[in-house]
Amino acid sequence: MSVENSQDVWIYAEQRDGHLHSVALELLGAGRKLADDLGQKLVAVLLGHNLKPLTKELIAHGADKVFYLDSPAFAKFADEPYAQALTDLARAHKPAIILGGATAVGRSFIPRVAANLQTGMTADCTALAIDPEKKVLLGTRPAYGGNIMATIVCAEKRPQMATVRHKVMKALERNEARQGEVIEQQMAEKDLTWRAKVINTVKEVEETCNLAEADIIVTGGRGIGSKENFQLVRDLAAAIGGAVGASRAVVDAGWVPYSHQVGQTGKTVCPKIYFALGVSGAIQHLAGMQSSDIIIAVNSNPDAEIFKVATYGIVGDVNEVVPELIQHFRNRG
Amino acid sequence: MNYFLTEEQKMIVDTARELAQEKIKPVREKYDEEGHFPWDIVKEMAAADLMGLYIPEQYKGMGRGIFELCLAVEELSKVCGGISLAMAATALGTFPILLFGNEEQKAKYLPDIATGKKLAAFGLTEANAGSDAGNMTTTAVKDGDHYVINGTKQWITNGGEAETYTVIAMTNKAKGPRGATAFIVEKGTPGFTFGKKENKMGIRASATRELVFTNCRVPAKNVLAKEGMGFIVAVNTLNTSRPGVASQALGIAAGALEEAVQYARQRVQFGQPIASIQAVQHMLANMATEVEAARALLYATARSIDAGEKSFAKISAMSKLFASEVAMRVTTDAVQVMGGYGYMKEYPVEKMMRDAKITQIYEGTSQIQRNEIALQLIKEAAKKQ
Amino acid sequence: MHIVVLIKQVVATTNVKLDPQTGTMIRDGVESILNPFDEYAVEEALRIKEKLGGKVTVLTMGPPQAKEIIRKAIGMGVDEGILLSDRALAGSDTWATSYTLAQALRKIGDYGLILTGKQAVDGDTAQVGPEIAACLDLPMIAWVRKIEEVSPEKIRAERLMEDGYDVLESPLPALLSVVKEINEPRLESLKGKMRAKKYEPQTWTVADLPGFDLAQVGLKGSPTRVVKTFTPQRQYHSEMIGGSPKEAASALYKKVVDLNIIH
Repeated sequence: MSVENSQDVWIYAEQRDGHLHSVALELLGAGRKLADDLGQKLVAVLLGHNLKPLTKELIAHGADKVFYLDSPAFAKFADEPYAQALTDLARAHKPAIILGGATAVGRSFIPRVAANLQTGMTADCTALAIDPEKKVLLGTRPAYGGNIMATIVCAEKRPQMATVRHKVMKALERNEARQGEVIEQQMAEKDLTWRAKVINTVKEVEETCNLAEADIIVTGGRGIGSKENFQLVRDLAAAIGGAVGASRAVVDAGWVPYSHQVGQTGKTVCPKIYFALGVSGAIQHLAGMQSSDIIIAVNSNPDAEIFKVATYGIVGDVNEVVPELIQHFRNRG
Repeated sequence: MNYFLTEEQKMIVDTARELAQEKIKPVREKYDEEGHFPWDIVKEMAAADLMGLYIPEQYKGMGRGIFELCLAVEELSKVCGGISLAMAATALGTFPILLFGNEEQKAKYLPDIATGKKLAAFGLTEANAGSDAGNMTTTAVKDGDHYVINGTKQWITNGGEAETYTVIAMTNKAKGPRGATAFIVEKGTPGFTFGKKENKMGIRASATRELVFTNCRVPAKNVLAKEGMGFIVAVNTLNTSRPGVASQALGIAAGALEEAVQYARQRVQFGQPIASIQAVQHMLANMATEVEAARALLYATARSIDAGEKSFAKISAMSKLFASEVAMRVTTDAVQVMGGYGYMKEYPVEKMMRDAKITQIYEGTSQIQRNEIALQLIKEAAKKQ
Repeated sequence: MHIVVLIKQVVATTNVKLDPQTGTMIRDGVESILNPFDEYAVEEALRIKEKLGGKVTVLTMGPPQAKEIIRKAIGMGVDEGILLSDRALAGSDTWATSYTLAQALRKIGDYGLILTGKQAVDGDTAQVGPEIAACLDLPMIAWVRKIEEVSPEKIRAERLMEDGYDVLESPLPALLSVVKEINEPRLESLKGKMRAKKYEPQTWTVADLPGFDLAQVGLKGSPTRVVKTFTPQRQYHSEMIGGSPKEAASALYKKVVDLNIIH
């Protein structure tokens, strides 16, 4: 597609089991800014079955226009009908930009759409901007496990496509006063190519903490003092929305199960924030967590090794400091 | 030191190293703690074509020799001297067939061992016949075209897990050393059962059990060599297998040395890595020198056997004696270099120290090796006169 | 069945550095390996072959050194390897790469199943699989954590999702990308290594691909372009927060909130 006659910023509004994925709202937040910078419209594309009420949500979160395509074929995510629908829609309306979430769904079918449209795509962006002169999308993404960042443009082909990481962009406040247009279209199953079909869906809610994936981890060490006191670690994790980690000493003492252990003989983690509470910082523990973005250490021993890798450190008794922290995070103030 | 390995020998070392690092290292602590037999690792060894290194190609092996077996056992033992034993003890149980088996026996038993489908074990030791093998009481009495075996073999590595056993029993006590016979006994033969699994200090991933024979009827065609040649089979088997124990000991020592050096570079005391403290440096220097000397002796021995040397009893005993003594000293010093951490199960050296001890004991204690070496020395001197 | 596994050579570590002057990656002394996720794909292909028979071919696009990863796959037990190497392909982005690999797959022709790792650990894009499926108009199942059933005609597989998994069924041929949960890759066997050492893979250039459109590939044919690379700034200095437990907790809370990570 040519650069001249394409316009508007589209976001693919991901839903699973009829619920909007939070990345859809985050994309609306990011897309709003891009659309405003370009002086164009922000358009959400929703694929699903019997999901009309969700269109209102999309408008309340910033969309100027919603394409809602309804088909039984869209009830469960399948690459082919999803890609076909979005491809056809893009061919008909020529957007300048299409964004999707870098989720299991988005990373699977958005590239297929890009290939159908023979255009470029930038996966897993963590920052998006419009070049003020050239008016092209600047997608910035990590590579090599986050050791290098690259900014990528798609100058001559349209649409410019990107997937965006979950929990990176900010959604706008919900505002029911926002106005927008909904364009609904019914599609028959027979009009869609559809070979790989979902025959069953199984939910697996992890009983154990998913440490490796967690953005925030609150870990307790021997300095917590006792099995009873370890509840403080759980409480802070709950207040902040993080997973519970433990040092080897704590696991060996039987305060928490092995699945929580961080370190050389446990899990290697790389969250955005890592709280080390009463953790001395043995080499084996550091090996499992030192690449965390932000490390916060609370320990009564000012010489504890953990302070050497900490971004922020408090020297003090965890049993005095942590209850205060819990209060702040519970009250968000 | 550069031992000028061939391309193929380097591949064997690489294959064993990858297996040790990727498959054994993550589970060695668990196996040591729980004492289960590492069947999943044995399958990996088989899939990597390592189980039949020393078995001729016509029996589905890789057609290499004792040296290649030693290279593989050394690499595996650097990571775990207990798990590597599944391979080394199978070699011990296979040598009687390889050295003395007839064509029919080889064709029947070697391919499954070479491809790792079955493990082997060697049954010589008894409760009252350890170093004094001549004191054995297990008997085999001929009855038509069978032998009826009665008695109990003790501390048999791979016991219960192996399918193929080579067992020495007395067929004629009156003939003394010439009254013993070697048999191949298959697991599942009626009258052949296993005693309890021993709870050991080290090499805990290896299974050690009693072999119990109660009126166990074994076909006469399972006799290895001839009736009465049992001790000749046993002595030649042990002479051939001792480099395997030496390579296990060497691997354990080399593994401990590596851990100690790495640790010494990282551990900071008095404001400096302990590797820069001369007292520690000298310990590491001694350890490294001993490991290299053990390796040089073993490699020379193994290459000499493969090249066709006939009288290798002395050098075989020397390499086993020296490597096992080195393993004990080096692992003990590795624990010392690492101090309190070395004593903890969090680090592998305390396990290596426990694993090292057995190499001074089994397949002939260090004392028996010295006897053997002295005996050969005296024989050689007598020949010269 | 003929299974084709798409593999890529990557640097062995993600701990790469940029030259501060040129902004390009410092490759000196960095070892290259088979992309770890592709190893799972190779393993799965070998397992399917053990069940159904047939042949496993690995296909890679890269410089002549990429033969090394083909040899690694041969060591694991695959039958054949094809290297697609041409200077005209240098600088290709994901679209250009997908187009090229799709053309090579067309030339191979008789594939029943195409497997690939979920993504390469260098770029982490996960784009090439779905884009090839689009180019060849094949059904695709991404993030496969288990193949429940496979026959020469169809496949049933579990697709790993954030909240569990979906079971999908698809006719073959199809393209699947696999995640690490699917298996544990075997090591190269000794016999495999011996074969690999002598093995010379087929090498194709774009001239070997019928109807190849050069305008689609290389730096020129790639729709996307990297305009800037940089090293993310890491904070190494520690900041100690003093005061009473109450004061310190309050100060820390404010700092955490300012990070904008907690919503």
